[in-house]
Amino acid sequence: MIIAEQKPLDEIKSMIADYQKVLILGCGTCVTICFAGGEKEVGTLASALRMATKLDGQNKEFVEATVQRQCEYEFNEEVAELVQEADVVISLACGIGVQTMNEQFPGKLTLPGLNTTFLGQPVEQGVWDERCQACGDCVLYLTGGVCPISRCAKSLLHGPCGGSQNGKCEVDPETDCAWHLIYDRLKALGRLDLMTKLRPAKDWSKARHGGTRRIVREDLKLQEVAPRA
Amino acid sequence: MKSGSNLERVLEEGYFAVTAELGPPKGGSAEFIRRKAEVLRNCCDAINVTDNQTAVVRMCSLAACGILKEIGLDPVMQMVCRDRNRIAMQSDILGAVALGVQNLLCLSGDHQKFGNHPTSKNVYDLDSMQLIRMVRDMRDQRTFLSGDKVTSEVPLFIGAAANPYADPFEFRVARLAMKVEAGADFIQTQGVFDVKKFAQWMQMVRDQGLDEKVYILAGLIPIKSIGMARYMQKYVSGLSVPDEIVKRMEQAKDAKEEGVKICVETIEQLRDIPGVRGVHIMAVAWEEIVPVIAEEAKLLPRPIV
Ligand code: SF4
Repeated sequence: MIIAEQKPLDEIKSMIADYQKVLILGCGTCVTICFAGGEKEVGTLASALRMATKLDGQNKEFVEATVQRQCEYEFNEEVAELVQEADVVISLACGIGVQTMNEQFPGKLTLPGLNTTFLGQPVEQGVWDERCQACGDCVLYLTGGVCPISRCAKSLLHGPCGGSQNGKCEVDPETDCAWHLIYDRLKALGRLDLMTKLRPAKDWSKARHGGTRRIVREDLKLQEVAPRA
Repeated sequence: MKSGSNLERVLEEGYFAVTAELGPPKGGSAEFIRRKAEVLRNCCDAINVTDNQTAVVRMCSLAACGILKEIGLDPVMQMVCRDRNRIAMQSDILGAVALGVQNLLCLSGDHQKFGNHPTSKNVYDLDSMQLIRMVRDMRDQRTFLSGDKVTSEVPLFIGAAANPYADPFEFRVARLAMKVEAGADFIQTQGVFDVKKFAQWMQMVRDQGLDEKVYILAGLIPIKSIGMARYMQKYVSGLSVPDEIVKRMEQAKDAKEEGVKICVETIEQLRDIPGVRGVHIMAVAWEEIVPVIAEEAKLLPRPIV
Protein backbone atom coordinates (compact mmCIF):
# COMPACT_ATOMS: atom_id res chain seq x y z
CA MET A 1 0.00 0.00 0.00
CA ILE A 2 0.92 3.67 -0.13
CA ILE A 3 2.81 4.74 2.97
CA ALA A 4 2.81 8.36 4.07
CA GLU A 5 3.61 10.42 7.11
CA GLN A 6 2.26 13.69 8.39
CA LYS A 7 4.10 16.89 7.59
CA PRO A 8 5.49 18.80 10.59
CA LEU A 9 2.80 20.87 12.31
CA ASP A 10 4.68 24.11 11.67
CA GLU A 11 4.76 23.44 7.95
CA ILE A 12 1.01 22.80 7.90
CA LYS A 13 0.44 25.92 9.98
CA SER A 14 2.39 28.08 7.58
CA MET A 15 0.50 26.62 4.60
CA ILE A 16 -2.83 27.72 6.06
CA ALA A 17 -1.64 31.06 7.38
CA ASP A 18 -3.81 33.02 4.96
CA TYR A 19 -6.99 31.03 5.43
CA GLN A 20 -9.72 31.19 8.00
CA LYS A 21 -11.92 28.14 7.61
CA VAL A 22 -10.01 24.94 6.99
CA LEU A 23 -11.43 21.55 6.02
CA ILE A 24 -9.18 18.69 7.10
CA LEU A 25 -10.01 15.79 4.86
CA GLY A 26 -8.83 12.26 5.59
CA CYS A 27 -8.86 9.16 3.44
CA GLY A 28 -10.11 5.76 4.52
CA THR A 29 -7.75 3.60 2.47
CA CYS A 30 -3.93 3.24 2.60
CA VAL A 31 -3.22 6.20 4.85
CA THR A 32 -5.77 5.01 7.39
CA ILE A 33 -4.04 1.67 7.58
CA CYS A 34 -0.61 3.26 8.02
CA PHE A 35 -1.97 5.65 10.67
CA ALA A 36 -1.15 8.80 8.74
CA GLY A 37 -4.39 10.24 7.41
CA GLY A 38 -7.49 8.38 8.58
CA GLU A 39 -10.37 9.64 10.65
CA LYS A 40 -8.37 9.42 13.85
CA GLU A 41 -5.43 11.39 12.49
CA VAL A 42 -7.81 14.00 11.09
CA GLY A 43 -9.15 14.47 14.62
CA THR A 44 -5.70 14.66 16.16
CA LEU A 45 -4.43 17.14 13.61
CA ALA A 46 -7.55 19.31 13.96
CA SER A 47 -7.11 19.52 17.75
CA ALA A 48 -3.43 20.27 17.42
CA LEU A 49 -4.09 23.03 14.90
CA ARG A 50 -6.92 24.49 16.98
CA MET A 51 -4.64 24.68 19.96
CA ALA A 52 -1.62 25.96 18.10
CA THR A 53 -3.48 28.65 16.18
CA LYS A 54 -5.31 29.77 19.32
CA LEU A 55 -1.97 30.14 21.11
CA ASP A 56 -0.89 32.31 18.20
CA GLY A 57 -3.90 34.47 18.85
CA GLN A 58 -5.71 33.41 15.66
CA ASN A 59 -9.33 32.47 15.43
CA LYS A 60 -9.41 29.79 12.76
CA GLU A 61 -12.11 27.20 12.25
CA PHE A 62 -11.28 23.58 11.53
CA VAL A 63 -13.82 21.19 10.05
CA GLU A 64 -13.13 17.45 10.03
CA ALA A 65 -14.20 14.84 7.48
CA THR A 66 -12.92 11.60 6.00
CA VAL A 67 -13.90 9.94 2.75
CA GLN A 68 -13.45 6.31 1.89
CA ARG A 69 -11.10 6.84 -1.09
CA GLN A 70 -9.90 10.30 -1.94
CA CYS A 71 -8.41 9.22 -5.27
CA GLU A 72 -11.86 8.73 -6.80
CA TYR A 73 -14.35 11.45 -7.64
CA GLU A 74 -17.44 9.60 -6.49
CA PHE A 75 -16.27 9.33 -2.90
CA ASN A 76 -15.28 13.00 -2.73
CA GLU A 77 -18.73 14.03 -4.02
CA GLU A 78 -19.99 13.24 -0.53
CA VAL A 79 -18.05 16.15 0.94
CA ALA A 80 -18.67 18.62 -1.90
CA GLU A 81 -20.66 20.91 0.35
CA LEU A 82 -17.98 21.00 3.07
CA VAL A 83 -15.40 21.78 0.42
CA GLN A 84 -17.48 24.69 -0.90
CA GLU A 85 -17.88 26.13 2.59
CA ALA A 86 -14.19 25.95 3.45
CA ASP A 87 -11.55 28.52 2.49
CA VAL A 88 -8.98 25.83 1.96
CA VAL A 89 -8.67 22.04 2.28
CA ILE A 90 -5.85 20.19 3.99
CA SER A 91 -5.83 16.69 2.57
CA LEU A 92 -4.54 13.86 4.70
CA ALA A 93 -4.58 11.52 1.71
CA CYS A 94 -1.57 10.58 -0.39
CA GLY A 95 -0.48 12.87 -3.21
CA ILE A 96 -2.99 11.17 -5.49
CA GLY A 97 -5.85 12.20 -3.24
CA VAL A 98 -4.54 15.76 -3.05
CA GLN A 99 -4.44 15.99 -6.85
CA THR A 100 -7.85 14.39 -7.29
CA MET A 101 -9.31 17.01 -4.97
CA ASN A 102 -7.62 19.86 -6.83
CA GLU A 103 -8.93 18.55 -10.16
CA GLN A 104 -12.37 17.84 -8.89
CA PHE A 105 -12.80 21.14 -7.08
CA PRO A 106 -10.80 23.59 -9.21
CA GLY A 107 -12.19 26.59 -7.38
CA LYS A 108 -10.70 25.45 -4.11
CA LEU A 109 -7.09 24.87 -3.16
CA THR A 110 -6.35 21.52 -1.55
CA LEU A 111 -3.01 21.38 0.28
CA PRO A 112 -0.99 18.31 1.26
CA GLY A 113 -0.95 17.50 4.96
CA LEU A 114 1.15 14.40 4.40
CA ASN A 115 4.40 13.53 2.71
CA THR A 116 3.65 10.55 0.50
CA THR A 117 6.68 8.42 1.07
CA PHE A 118 6.70 5.01 -0.60
CA LEU A 119 4.93 1.82 -1.59
CA GLY A 120 5.49 -0.57 1.20
CA GLN A 121 4.46 -2.91 3.89
CA PRO A 122 4.12 -2.87 7.67
CA VAL A 123 6.95 -5.05 8.97
CA GLU A 124 6.18 -4.70 12.65
CA GLN A 125 3.89 -2.56 14.78
CA GLY A 126 4.77 1.02 13.91
CA VAL A 127 7.37 0.17 11.26
CA TRP A 128 6.91 0.29 7.49
CA ASP A 129 9.43 -0.64 4.82
CA GLU A 130 9.58 0.21 1.14
CA ARG A 131 8.90 -2.70 -1.19
CA CYS A 132 8.18 -1.41 -4.70
CA GLN A 133 9.10 1.52 -6.90
CA ALA A 134 6.50 0.91 -9.60
CA CYS A 135 9.30 0.69 -12.19
CA GLY A 136 6.88 -0.70 -14.74
CA ASP A 137 8.91 -3.80 -15.56
CA CYS A 138 8.84 -6.17 -12.62
CA VAL A 139 12.02 -8.16 -11.98
CA LEU A 140 10.82 -10.12 -8.95
CA TYR A 141 10.83 -13.35 -10.97
CA LEU A 142 14.62 -13.04 -11.26
CA THR A 143 15.32 -12.12 -7.69
CA GLY A 144 13.50 -14.61 -5.53
CA GLY A 145 10.72 -12.16 -4.83
CA VAL A 146 12.92 -9.45 -3.30
CA CYS A 147 12.90 -6.11 -5.14
CA PRO A 148 16.38 -4.69 -5.80
CA ILE A 149 14.99 -1.61 -7.52
CA SER A 150 13.35 -0.30 -4.36
CA ARG A 151 15.42 -2.07 -1.72
CA CYS A 152 18.98 -1.76 -3.00
CA ALA A 153 20.26 1.79 -2.43
CA LYS A 154 21.79 1.72 -5.92
CA SER A 155 18.99 -0.22 -7.64
CA LEU A 156 21.60 -2.66 -8.90
CA LEU A 157 20.65 -5.52 -11.17
CA HIS A 158 23.82 -7.42 -10.37
CA GLY A 159 24.47 -7.29 -6.67
CA PRO A 160 25.57 -7.27 -3.98
CA CYS A 161 28.03 -4.43 -4.36
CA GLY A 162 31.34 -4.33 -2.53
CA GLY A 163 29.81 -2.52 0.40
CA SER A 164 27.53 -5.34 1.52
CA GLN A 165 28.59 -6.52 4.95
CA ASN A 166 27.04 -8.90 7.44
CA GLY A 167 23.83 -8.80 5.46
CA LYS A 168 23.51 -5.05 5.82
CA CYS A 169 23.65 -2.26 3.27
CA GLU A 170 26.67 0.04 3.15
CA VAL A 171 24.35 3.01 3.14
CA ASP A 172 22.69 2.18 6.44
CA PRO A 173 23.71 -0.53 8.91
CA GLU A 174 20.05 -0.79 9.99
CA THR A 175 18.90 -1.77 6.50
CA ASP A 176 19.19 -5.24 5.04
CA CYS A 177 21.23 -5.49 1.86
CA ALA A 178 18.59 -6.41 -0.71
CA TRP A 179 21.07 -8.46 -2.69
CA HIS A 180 22.10 -10.42 0.35
CA LEU A 181 18.43 -11.24 0.90
CA ILE A 182 18.16 -12.26 -2.74
CA TYR A 183 21.23 -14.46 -2.40
CA ASP A 184 19.93 -16.22 0.71
CA ARG A 185 16.54 -16.78 -0.85
CA LEU A 186 17.80 -18.08 -4.20
CA LYS A 187 20.30 -20.28 -2.45
CA ALA A 188 17.55 -21.79 -0.30
CA LEU A 189 15.48 -22.35 -3.43
CA GLY A 190 18.43 -23.89 -5.29
CA ARG A 191 18.19 -21.15 -7.92
CA LEU A 192 21.50 -19.29 -7.59
CA ASP A 193 21.80 -19.71 -11.37
CA LEU A 194 19.40 -16.77 -11.64
CA MET A 195 21.89 -14.57 -9.90
CA THR A 196 24.89 -15.34 -12.07
CA LYS A 197 23.30 -14.40 -15.39
CA LEU A 198 24.13 -11.09 -16.98
CA ARG A 199 21.10 -8.88 -17.33
CA PRO A 200 20.76 -6.29 -20.07
CA ALA A 201 20.45 -2.62 -19.20
CA LYS A 202 17.03 -1.98 -17.72
CA ASP A 203 14.35 -0.27 -19.75
CA TRP A 204 13.78 2.73 -17.52
CA SER A 205 11.35 4.24 -20.01
CA LYS A 206 8.73 2.05 -18.40
CA ALA A 207 9.47 3.74 -15.10
CA ARG A 208 8.98 7.44 -14.41
CA HIS A 209 11.89 8.30 -16.74
CA GLY A 210 9.73 7.82 -19.81
CA GLY A 211 7.44 10.63 -18.67
CA THR A 212 4.15 10.39 -16.83
CA ARG A 213 2.64 6.98 -17.27
CA ARG A 214 -0.86 6.03 -18.27
CA ILE A 215 -2.57 2.70 -18.71
CA VAL A 216 -5.43 2.40 -21.18
CA ARG A 217 -7.55 -0.73 -21.12
CA GLU A 218 -9.66 -0.80 -24.26
CA ASP A 219 -11.68 -3.70 -22.87
CA LEU A 220 -12.76 -1.62 -19.91
CA LYS A 221 -13.31 1.73 -21.57
CA LEU A 222 -16.84 3.05 -21.78
CA GLN A 223 -16.10 5.95 -24.09
CA GLU A 224 -13.25 7.89 -25.59
CA VAL A 225 -10.58 8.60 -22.99
CA ALA A 226 -10.16 12.24 -22.16
CA PRO A 227 -6.85 13.78 -23.22
CA ARG A 228 -4.24 14.09 -20.53
CA ALA A 229 -4.57 17.02 -18.22
CA MET B 1 46.15 -6.31 -27.33
CA LYS B 2 42.98 -4.60 -26.26
CA SER B 3 44.35 -1.09 -26.16
CA GLY B 4 48.11 -1.44 -25.94
CA SER B 5 48.24 0.75 -22.86
CA ASN B 6 51.41 0.69 -20.81
CA LEU B 7 49.56 -1.23 -18.11
CA GLU B 8 48.33 -3.85 -20.55
CA ARG B 9 51.80 -4.29 -22.04
CA VAL B 10 53.43 -4.65 -18.64
CA LEU B 11 50.91 -7.32 -17.69
CA GLU B 12 51.06 -9.03 -21.06
CA GLU B 13 54.82 -9.34 -20.80
CA GLY B 14 54.48 -10.99 -17.45
CA TYR B 15 55.82 -8.28 -15.18
CA PHE B 16 54.36 -7.81 -11.71
CA ALA B 17 52.40 -4.61 -12.29
CA VAL B 18 52.13 -1.60 -10.04
CA THR B 19 49.35 0.96 -10.27
CA ALA B 20 48.74 3.87 -7.96
CA GLU B 21 45.82 6.10 -7.24
CA LEU B 22 45.62 9.83 -7.72
CA GLY B 23 42.73 11.80 -6.26
CA PRO B 24 41.94 14.99 -8.20
CA PRO B 25 41.64 18.26 -6.27
CA LYS B 26 38.55 20.08 -5.07
CA GLY B 27 39.47 22.74 -7.54
CA GLY B 28 40.50 23.33 -11.11
CA SER B 29 44.28 23.26 -10.83
CA ALA B 30 46.02 21.31 -13.58
CA GLU B 31 49.26 22.02 -11.75
CA PHE B 32 48.00 19.97 -8.79
CA ILE B 33 47.51 16.96 -11.06
CA ARG B 34 50.92 17.39 -12.65
CA ARG B 35 52.62 17.71 -9.28
CA LYS B 36 51.01 14.53 -7.91
CA ALA B 37 51.69 12.74 -11.15
CA GLU B 38 55.40 13.54 -11.07
CA VAL B 39 55.60 11.96 -7.62
CA LEU B 40 54.14 8.76 -9.07
CA ARG B 41 55.82 8.84 -12.47
CA ASN B 42 58.65 6.38 -11.96
CA CYS B 43 57.14 4.08 -9.39
CA CYS B 44 54.09 2.71 -11.18
CA ASP B 45 52.92 1.52 -14.58
CA ALA B 46 49.62 3.35 -14.64
CA ILE B 47 47.81 5.91 -12.53
CA ASN B 48 44.20 5.48 -11.50
CA VAL B 49 42.27 8.72 -11.41
CA THR B 50 39.31 8.51 -9.10
CA ASP B 51 35.84 9.64 -10.14
CA ASN B 52 34.49 11.81 -7.31
CA GLN B 53 35.47 9.17 -4.77
CA THR B 54 33.31 8.85 -1.67
CA ALA B 55 30.87 11.06 -3.57
CA VAL B 56 32.82 14.22 -2.82
CA VAL B 57 32.93 16.63 -5.75
CA ARG B 58 36.35 16.97 -7.32
CA MET B 59 37.82 17.70 -10.73
CA CYS B 60 36.45 15.15 -13.18
CA SER B 61 38.46 12.06 -13.89
CA LEU B 62 38.25 12.64 -17.64
CA ALA B 63 40.01 16.02 -17.55
CA ALA B 64 42.61 14.82 -15.04
CA CYS B 65 43.34 11.81 -17.26
CA GLY B 66 43.78 14.17 -20.21
CA ILE B 67 46.40 16.09 -18.23
CA LEU B 68 48.23 12.85 -17.43
CA LYS B 69 48.27 11.93 -21.11
CA GLU B 70 49.78 15.31 -21.98
CA ILE B 71 52.74 14.60 -19.73
CA GLY B 72 53.22 11.10 -21.06
CA LEU B 73 51.66 8.98 -18.35
CA ASP B 74 49.23 6.08 -18.63
CA PRO B 75 46.00 6.91 -16.79
CA VAL B 76 43.32 4.48 -15.68
CA MET B 77 40.15 6.49 -15.85
CA GLN B 78 37.70 5.49 -13.17
CA MET B 79 34.03 5.79 -14.03
CA VAL B 80 31.19 5.28 -11.58
CA CYS B 81 27.54 4.56 -12.32
CA ARG B 82 26.28 6.92 -9.66
CA ASP B 83 26.39 10.19 -11.53
CA ARG B 84 25.84 9.50 -15.22
CA ASN B 85 23.29 7.79 -17.36
CA ARG B 86 24.20 5.65 -20.36
CA ILE B 87 24.18 8.68 -22.65
CA ALA B 88 26.69 10.63 -20.57
CA MET B 89 28.83 7.55 -19.96
CA GLN B 90 29.21 6.65 -23.60
CA SER B 91 29.88 10.26 -24.47
CA ASP B 92 32.58 10.56 -21.79
CA ILE B 93 34.12 7.30 -22.96
CA LEU B 94 34.45 8.66 -26.48
CA GLY B 95 35.94 11.84 -25.05
CA ALA B 96 38.44 9.80 -23.08
CA VAL B 97 39.43 7.86 -26.19
CA ALA B 98 39.91 11.14 -28.04
CA LEU B 99 42.30 12.29 -25.32
CA GLY B 100 44.25 9.07 -25.63
CA VAL B 101 43.02 7.35 -22.46
CA GLN B 102 43.53 3.59 -22.82
CA ASN B 103 42.36 2.11 -19.52
CA LEU B 104 38.90 2.41 -18.01
CA LEU B 105 37.92 1.11 -14.59
CA CYS B 106 34.18 0.48 -14.29
CA LEU B 107 32.67 0.91 -10.82
CA SER B 108 29.29 1.18 -9.14
CA GLY B 109 30.49 4.10 -7.04
CA ASP B 110 30.07 5.03 -3.41
CA HIS B 111 26.56 6.11 -2.53
CA GLN B 112 26.10 9.88 -2.41
CA LYS B 113 25.10 9.57 1.23
CA PHE B 114 28.81 9.39 2.10
CA GLY B 115 29.78 12.52 0.25
CA ASN B 116 29.35 16.26 0.47
CA HIS B 117 26.07 16.33 -1.46
CA PRO B 118 23.99 13.76 0.38
CA THR B 119 20.71 15.30 -0.83
CA SER B 120 21.53 14.75 -4.49
CA LYS B 121 19.71 12.36 -6.81
CA ASN B 122 21.66 9.32 -7.95
CA VAL B 123 21.51 7.79 -11.39
CA TYR B 124 22.44 4.09 -11.55
CA ASP B 125 20.96 3.82 -15.01
CA LEU B 126 23.46 0.98 -15.45
CA ASP B 127 25.31 -0.98 -12.81
CA SER B 128 29.01 -1.77 -13.00
CA MET B 129 28.36 -5.11 -14.70
CA GLN B 130 26.34 -3.46 -17.45
CA LEU B 131 28.92 -0.69 -17.80
CA ILE B 132 31.67 -3.26 -18.37
CA ARG B 133 29.58 -4.99 -21.03
CA MET B 134 28.73 -1.70 -22.69
CA VAL B 135 32.40 -0.71 -22.96
CA ARG B 136 33.33 -4.12 -24.27
CA ASP B 137 30.69 -3.85 -26.98
CA MET B 138 31.84 -0.34 -27.87
CA ARG B 139 35.35 -1.72 -28.26
CA ASP B 140 34.74 -5.14 -29.82
CA GLN B 141 31.52 -4.63 -31.77
CA ARG B 142 31.91 -0.89 -32.25
CA THR B 143 28.34 -0.42 -31.17
CA PHE B 144 26.67 1.82 -28.67
CA LEU B 145 24.25 0.30 -26.20
CA SER B 146 21.48 1.30 -28.59
CA GLY B 147 23.01 -0.77 -31.38
CA ASP B 148 24.08 2.31 -33.35
CA LYS B 149 27.56 2.22 -34.81
CA VAL B 150 30.49 3.98 -33.19
CA THR B 151 32.47 5.76 -35.89
CA SER B 152 35.93 5.18 -34.45
CA GLU B 153 37.85 2.54 -32.62
CA VAL B 154 37.39 2.41 -28.85
CA PRO B 155 40.64 0.84 -27.72
CA LEU B 156 40.23 0.44 -23.99
CA PHE B 157 41.73 -1.98 -21.51
CA ILE B 158 38.73 -2.65 -19.29
CA GLY B 159 39.05 -2.84 -15.54
CA ALA B 160 36.65 -3.77 -12.79
CA ALA B 161 36.72 -3.96 -9.03
CA ALA B 162 36.39 -6.97 -6.77
CA ASN B 163 36.04 -7.07 -3.03
CA PRO B 164 37.00 -10.34 -1.35
CA TYR B 165 35.87 -8.92 1.98
CA ALA B 166 32.29 -8.09 1.14
CA ASP B 167 29.47 -10.50 1.83
CA PRO B 168 28.28 -13.07 1.03
CA PHE B 169 31.85 -14.35 0.80
CA GLU B 170 30.90 -17.49 -1.15
CA PHE B 171 29.33 -15.35 -3.85
CA ARG B 172 32.29 -13.03 -4.37
CA VAL B 173 34.09 -15.29 -6.82
CA ALA B 174 30.89 -15.90 -8.76
CA ARG B 175 30.51 -12.14 -9.06
CA LEU B 176 34.09 -11.85 -10.28
CA ALA B 177 33.33 -14.52 -12.88
CA MET B 178 30.39 -12.43 -14.07
CA LYS B 179 32.61 -9.37 -14.44
CA VAL B 180 35.02 -11.42 -16.51
CA GLU B 181 32.15 -12.69 -18.63
CA ALA B 182 30.89 -9.14 -19.02
CA GLY B 183 34.28 -8.15 -20.42
CA ALA B 184 36.73 -7.17 -17.69
CA ASP B 185 40.39 -7.48 -18.68
CA PHE B 186 41.87 -6.57 -15.33
CA ILE B 187 40.71 -6.40 -11.73
CA GLN B 188 41.76 -4.09 -8.94
CA THR B 189 40.68 -5.39 -5.56
CA GLN B 190 39.63 -3.69 -2.38
CA GLY B 191 42.52 -2.89 -0.03
CA VAL B 192 44.03 -6.04 1.45
CA PHE B 193 44.90 -6.18 5.15
CA ASP B 194 43.67 -9.66 5.92
CA VAL B 195 46.00 -11.64 3.67
CA LYS B 196 44.69 -14.99 4.87
CA LYS B 197 41.20 -14.29 3.70
CA PHE B 198 42.52 -12.86 0.46
CA ALA B 199 44.54 -16.02 -0.15
CA GLN B 200 41.42 -18.08 0.47
CA TRP B 201 39.56 -15.99 -2.10
CA MET B 202 42.43 -16.36 -4.59
CA GLN B 203 42.28 -20.11 -4.10
CA MET B 204 38.63 -20.03 -5.17
CA VAL B 205 39.55 -17.73 -8.07
CA ARG B 206 42.16 -20.23 -9.25
CA ASP B 207 39.81 -23.17 -8.75
CA GLN B 208 37.58 -21.56 -11.33
CA GLY B 209 40.48 -20.74 -13.61
CA LEU B 210 39.67 -17.05 -13.44
CA ASP B 211 43.28 -16.04 -12.83
CA GLU B 212 43.96 -17.24 -16.38
CA LYS B 213 41.24 -15.05 -17.82
CA VAL B 214 41.80 -11.77 -16.04
CA TYR B 215 44.75 -9.91 -14.55
CA ILE B 216 44.25 -9.51 -10.83
CA LEU B 217 45.91 -6.60 -9.06
CA ALA B 218 45.63 -6.68 -5.28
CA GLY B 219 44.66 -3.41 -3.65
CA LEU B 220 46.68 -1.79 -0.87
CA ILE B 221 45.85 1.12 1.38
CA PRO B 222 48.89 2.46 3.24
CA ILE B 223 47.87 3.42 6.77
CA LYS B 224 49.00 6.86 7.81
CA SER B 225 47.89 7.01 11.41
CA ILE B 226 46.35 5.03 14.21
CA GLY B 227 43.16 7.05 13.79
CA MET B 228 42.92 5.96 10.18
CA ALA B 229 43.38 2.31 11.13
CA ARG B 230 40.63 2.52 13.73
CA TYR B 231 38.33 4.42 11.40
CA MET B 232 38.74 1.91 8.58
CA GLN B 233 38.20 -0.99 10.94
CA LYS B 234 35.04 0.49 12.36
CA TYR B 235 33.34 2.54 9.72
CA VAL B 236 34.34 1.57 6.20
CA SER B 237 32.03 -1.20 5.07
CA GLY B 238 33.62 -3.63 2.69
CA LEU B 239 37.01 -3.32 4.40
CA SER B 240 38.44 -5.85 6.80
CA VAL B 241 41.20 -4.57 9.07
CA PRO B 242 42.35 -7.26 11.51
CA ASP B 243 42.86 -6.32 15.20
CA GLU B 244 46.48 -7.25 14.83
CA ILE B 245 47.05 -4.42 12.34
CA VAL B 246 45.34 -1.90 14.60
CA LYS B 247 47.44 -3.15 17.52
CA ARG B 248 50.65 -2.79 15.51
CA MET B 249 49.71 0.77 14.65
CA GLU B 250 48.91 1.52 18.30
CA GLN B 251 52.20 0.19 19.55
CA ALA B 252 54.35 1.77 16.86
CA LYS B 253 56.69 4.63 17.76
CA ASP B 254 56.31 6.12 14.31
CA ALA B 255 52.87 5.43 12.92
CA LYS B 256 53.69 6.37 9.33
CA GLU B 257 56.75 4.18 9.31
CA GLU B 258 54.74 1.28 10.68
CA GLY B 259 52.06 1.88 8.04
CA VAL B 260 54.69 1.62 5.33
CA LYS B 261 56.11 -1.51 6.93
CA ILE B 262 52.71 -3.17 7.03
CA CYS B 263 52.13 -2.26 3.40
CA VAL B 264 55.51 -3.58 2.25
CA GLU B 265 55.07 -6.84 4.17
CA THR B 266 51.62 -7.26 2.67
CA ILE B 267 53.02 -6.77 -0.83
CA GLU B 268 55.66 -9.41 -0.16
CA GLN B 269 53.00 -11.87 0.97
CA LEU B 270 50.77 -11.05 -1.98
CA ARG B 271 53.57 -11.68 -4.47
CA ASP B 272 53.73 -15.24 -3.25
CA ILE B 273 50.08 -15.93 -3.98
CA PRO B 274 49.71 -17.56 -7.40
CA GLY B 275 47.49 -15.58 -9.73
CA VAL B 276 48.22 -12.17 -8.26
CA ARG B 277 49.61 -10.19 -11.18
CA GLY B 278 50.31 -6.90 -9.52
CA VAL B 279 49.39 -4.41 -6.86
CA HIS B 280 47.28 -1.29 -6.83
CA ILE B 281 48.38 1.22 -4.20
CA MET B 282 45.66 3.56 -3.00
CA ALA B 283 47.37 6.35 -1.12
CA VAL B 284 45.02 9.17 -1.95
CA ALA B 285 46.28 12.41 -0.37
CA TRP B 286 49.48 10.58 0.56
CA GLU B 287 50.84 9.97 -2.92
CA GLU B 288 54.41 10.79 -1.88
CA ILE B 289 54.59 7.55 0.08
CA VAL B 290 54.12 5.40 -3.03
CA PRO B 291 57.73 5.67 -4.25
CA VAL B 292 58.92 4.77 -0.76
CA ILE B 293 56.70 1.70 -0.64
CA ALA B 294 57.61 0.66 -4.18
CA GLU B 295 61.30 1.01 -3.34
CA GLU B 296 61.11 -0.95 -0.09
CA ALA B 297 58.97 -3.65 -1.67
CA LYS B 298 61.60 -3.99 -4.41
CA LEU B 299 59.18 -3.07 -7.13
CA LEU B 300 61.61 -0.62 -8.75
CA PRO B 301 62.64 0.19 -11.35
CA ARG B 302 59.46 -0.20 -13.36
CA PRO B 303 59.86 -2.02 -16.65
CA ILE B 304 59.99 -0.11 -19.91
CA VAL B 305 57.83 -1.98 -22.40
S1 SF4 C 1 25.01 -3.05 0.09
FE1 SF4 C 1 23.40 -4.23 -0.94
S2 SF4 C 1 21.55 -2.96 -0.85
FE2 SF4 C 1 23.28 -1.64 -0.31
S3 SF4 C 1 23.87 -0.67 -2.25
FE3 SF4 C 1 25.14 -2.52 -2.07
S4 SF4 C 1 24.01 -4.15 -3.10
FE4 SF4 C 1 22.57 -2.44 -2.78
